[in-house]
Amino acid sequence: MTSISSASPAFTGRDPDNRLFGPLPDVQGEAGYDGDHPARVGFFTDTSVCIGCKACEVACKEWNTLPMDDAHGVRDVIGLSGMSYDNTGQLGANSWRHVAFIEQTRTVDLPMPTFGRPGDDRQDSGRSVPDGPNDDSLATAQQSSVLNAEALSEFDPQTGQSGTDKQIRWLMSSDVCKHCTHAGCLDVCPTGALFRTEFGTVVVQDDICNGCGYCVPSCPYGVIEQRKGDGRVFKCTMCYDRLTDGLQPACATACPTQSIQFGNLDELQARADARLATLKEQGVETARLYGRDEDDGVGGNGAFFLLLDEPEVYGLPPDPIVTTRDLPAMWKSAGAAAVMILGVALSAVLGSRRLR
Amino acid sequence: MPGLGASFGRGGATNFQEDLANSDCIVIEGSNMAECHPVGFQWVGEAKARGAKVIHIDPRFTRTSAIADLHVPLRIGTDIAFLGGLINHVLTNELYFKEYVVAYTNAAALVSQDFIDSEDLDGLFSGFDPERNLYDEASWQYEPEEPPHSGSDDPAGAAEQDRKEQDPEVKKTDKAQAAGSGGPPIAAKPKRDETLQHPRSVFQVLKRHFARYTPEMVAEVCGIEPEVFLQVARWVTENSGRERTTAWVYSVGWTQHSVGAQYIRTCSILQTLLGNIGRPGGGILALRGHASIQGSTDVPTLYNLLPGYLPMPHALQHGSLDEYCADAAGKAGFWGNKRAYMTSLLKAWWGDAATPENDFAFDYLPRIDGDHSSYRTITDMIKGKVSGYFLVGENPTVGHPNGRMNRFGLANLDWLVVRDLQMIESATFWKESPEIETGELAPETIGTEVFFVPAASHAEKEGTFTQTQRLLQWRHKAVEPPGDATSDLWFYFHLGRILRERLADSTDPRDRPLLDLTWDYPTHGPDQEPSADAILREINGTGPDGRAVSGYMELKDDGSTSCGCWIYSGVYADEVNQAARRKPGREQGPVAAEWGWAWPYNRRILYNRASADPDGKPWSERKAYVWWDEEAGRWTGLDNPDFEATKRPDYVPPEGARAQDAIGGADPFVMQGDGKAWLFAPAGVVDGPLPTHYEPAESVVENALYKQQANPTLERIEGPWNRENPPLSDVFPFQVTTYRLTEHHTAGGMSRTLPYLSELQPEFFVEVSPELAALRGLTNGEYATLVSSRTAIEAKVLVTERIRPIKLRDGQVVHQIGMPYHWSYSGLSTGDGANDLLGIVLDPNTHIQEDKVSTADIRPGRRPRGPELVDFVEGYRQRAGVPSGRVGVNGRDPVAAEAGEGSTL
Repeated sequence: MTSISSASPAFTGRDPDNRLFGPLPDVQGEAGYDGDHPARVGFFTDTSVCIGCKACEVACKEWNTLPMDDAHGVRDVIGLSGMSYDNTGQLGANSWRHVAFIEQTRTVDLPMPTFGRPGDDRQDSGRSVPDGPNDDSLATAQQSSVLNAEALSEFDPQTGQSGTDKQIRWLMSSDVCKHCTHAGCLDVCPTGALFRTEFGTVVVQDDICNGCGYCVPSCPYGVIEQRKGDGRVFKCTMCYDRLTDGLQPACATACPTQSIQFGNLDELQARADARLATLKEQGVETARLYGRDEDDGVGGNGAFFLLLDEPEVYGLPPDPIVTTRDLPAMWKSAGAAAVMILGVALSAVLGSRRLR
Repeated sequence: MPGLGASFGRGGATNFQEDLANSDCIVIEGSNMAECHPVGFQWVGEAKARGAKVIHIDPRFTRTSAIADLHVPLRIGTDIAFLGGLINHVLTNELYFKEYVVAYTNAAALVSQDFIDSEDLDGLFSGFDPERNLYDEASWQYEPEEPPHSGSDDPAGAAEQDRKEQDPEVKKTDKAQAAGSGGPPIAAKPKRDETLQHPRSVFQVLKRHFARYTPEMVAEVCGIEPEVFLQVARWVTENSGRERTTAWVYSVGWTQHSVGAQYIRTCSILQTLLGNIGRPGGGILALRGHASIQGSTDVPTLYNLLPGYLPMPHALQHGSLDEYCADAAGKAGFWGNKRAYMTSLLKAWWGDAATPENDFAFDYLPRIDGDHSSYRTITDMIKGKVSGYFLVGENPTVGHPNGRMNRFGLANLDWLVVRDLQMIESATFWKESPEIETGELAPETIGTEVFFVPAASHAEKEGTFTQTQRLLQWRHKAVEPPGDATSDLWFYFHLGRILRERLADSTDPRDRPLLDLTWDYPTHGPDQEPSADAILREINGTGPDGRAVSGYMELKDDGSTSCGCWIYSGVYADEVNQAARRKPGREQGPVAAEWGWAWPYNRRILYNRASADPDGKPWSERKAYVWWDEEAGRWTGLDNPDFEATKRPDYVPPEGARAQDAIGGADPFVMQGDGKAWLFAPAGVVDGPLPTHYEPAESVVENALYKQQANPTLERIEGPWNRENPPLSDVFPFQVTTYRLTEHHTAGGMSRTLPYLSELQPEFFVEVSPELAALRGLTNGEYATLVSSRTAIEAKVLVTERIRPIKLRDGQVVHQIGMPYHWSYSGLSTGDGANDLLGIVLDPNTHIQEDKVSTADIRPGRRPRGPELVDFVEGYRQRAGVPSGRVGVNGRDPVAAEAGEGSTL
């Protein structure tokens, strides 16, 4: 394995070992750990069984002694968001797990005037996610089958058929730091506060972080954040302290439905593939894995997800790309530009001498 | 509790939550299991992963619906019509489990010819007394096979008890709750027609009773389209029978109605017809709302019960131990040993002072003389009849309906002891309640002296919880309680000790019960903490040799045994704390009988004799659970048999057999007088032997089935502080339902003070449909004001399509408002109290309040402040034709208000 070297691929413009981009079979090795490091671990968050209990959010805050929201215990700062049951909003310095709640409804045309709902004047609640690209197939499936009661059983198991005239989905998903194979935050950290652990996870050391904030824009998911009034950045450590003691992360331990599964990444990937196949078999056409693909823009995630809709629906970027991917090209361009400037400068100087 | 008790003989959940994994279909109705029981919900997930269908029937689309295969939005308060529709579907299409029904239920029993069904009396049963709003249940009896009480050791005494049982004064005390473990006593076993064809057989009575509950009627009453109804019917019936089982799950979404017990009765009838009781993956799960709610009725905090569901003696009925036991003495079933249970309880409490000569100190027990249930007591407080009150883990000014009335009650005490983890609203009502702003409460005139005593939390003390599935689990103390906080055990033990010391020299006979108590529990540690272990052993009971008994079959009525709660007998068998066992599931079978201890006799599925056919063979290999082993001559299987282990399946009781010996070998419901599951309840439910759909007390819809609008026997509490919204009122045109969220705990004392929970649901809100929002001009995230005849409250609005209006067949649109009830003025997360909006009307069986359904108006904006609020609400009352709700200071003084009558003083 390649060890850490000053001949960075970013400068050389060559990345044959995928140190900046692409699949990386041994992230710890690439980070300089010798061969007998532990297996890479991760989270597989299966949102199809999430019940939105938020036990993960609470367990995380309890274990990591995170402050309450940004309110620091002040009553008036917290308030109802008005966004379904999500009052946390997003991942941040004080929320390392965040459960998203997405309400989706779809009216079904019912040729049953005597039993119809007052659907004609129905308005959007303002929070329902606009119909995604998968709508057509679902709506078609429903229209052709709504009066065939047997077909009710064939609906997406995550879709509540509420009455005969309306389909409701209430998607819930516990988001977390993705612990990327190519972690932008880590790559740009100038102090070494962010580091790759022997478990393959990415952790900030709060006693080294100087609050420069370079990592914040470099995260393609918007996970890492500076704490207000403190300046340093904080994010999920996958309970590094627990892992070193042979325990599982707090969120996975608290999850009552095994929506959050912790384990060796390769085993989780196999489990996720099987789960996806099962759901597809059951006709859940919208199910997909997110962050599972090591050919994606960040080389795959240590924390990946099974989603039931497009990533954007959950507030996740559809095509995240590690910011360092383009470093070689940027350095190349920068180098070319430098050479050009140098050339122009030289010729200018030389030319002027000639003129003299 | 009476719902299950009268149907099967015990009031507890029939199955355990882990067993849901064995279900082929799970119906969750009247419960939001994923939100309120998230840990137990993993077994629903497990069942689903194994291919089970999950149906959620609920007015709201909740986090439970999100995981279910099918959500059925039904109009609030119409579950009996829906379940009755399923019963009719099963009977009409002959989808019931015939062999099971004939052998194990009272379908073949004949009902008295005096009985007249509600179909023939437009919603009333025979025996109704319109003056007292009570039933005389005499005409609901079986046609006896033998002279009444001939199976009794004391026929005359039993008949006399029967007569007194119908005394209105006695009826007020909710004797039905005594069916928690032991079915209601019956006079005699019934005549039977095994062909089920006799017109007065229970089966035919049932058929006629439910004949009008058709899919079309379900659509009309519940607002559920026939297609959806039939889908539910198909899934449920296809997944019931020999090879498959369906489980039903309910919680307070059923119990908190004016016909709550009958909701559960309807489900019991359906599950019995389908053959789902006593079998793995079947049953009815009553999910309890707190860690030890099952325990709080087993070793009761209820005024009308003693431990093990022995009824509290009544002044008019129970002059002596003989009279107390006469109704059950020697009769078929385990209630036949009532005297042994009672004598052993008296011995546990009064030890050597309980002797045969003094009736084992039976007269030391207080007698009840009427209704002293929680809400009646609040009324009595306002009227100045109650001087002191203990609140232990209860926050009534937030958690009870009609918070204002509850605050008036507390304001009229002499003293109040509040033991809680936090300074809850029920301890600060005298200085911070909303009525201080309106001028209705005046701190300087409130005489109540409040003692706040900080309590230890569950992690700071040892003892047992008895949870949903009757499972006792011991918890060890993890940390010392902070500061002055102490365990409840410590508090009551030392309170008793000090009282006894103060009275030590008393010669007054009234002090004997206190002074003669066995109060010698060992203590330990610097704070003299009593031993919870010793108390559990006392509850278990000891035999003549002083050793712990192994179960209630060892208890005697001669005073040689003692037992603090007969149904818990066995929890300390072999001198081992069985509740503290924690053998992991992976080291034992899925039934995990060595994890904790379940009453009775560590049986995990009740009535599991019914998992085998009458001959003792499993109904199917797939659903084998407990069966007869002919070679060994005993019942065996995966669980402890809920049956006498060596009673043969072909056992027929000989002439004159007593108690359990009078139960046949093919009668699985051993706590019932006839050994059968009751499709028709000849006793034990005060508002009818069969469930009937009534509209809630506050409904905006007319009863489509009967002229009788609401439960004719529902209990009202009348006073200016508890005005009722008239049914079908234009002034209060919307239905309201209350509920809990995962993020908070009941009245909030354990969650609104915690930052991590408060920020997850930071404010009081109500959920409304987009249609209602448009109708009333409500805006998501803004305030709305809700108004009832009690008061007006304000809440943030959450507009969501998960709440939906129900359109009935005649075109009427019923709007439903969802309202979580966790909030009040204290803590980090605050808001008005949802329960302040509600009035108090009660189920006559249980005295449980109907807070799952009421009516209100909703309008945009915040509510008026101060005295203007009183005028505002009074204006609503006037427009609705409701008497004045004005009260004097502290709710007590009569008010000669221009608006109407004053308080009832």
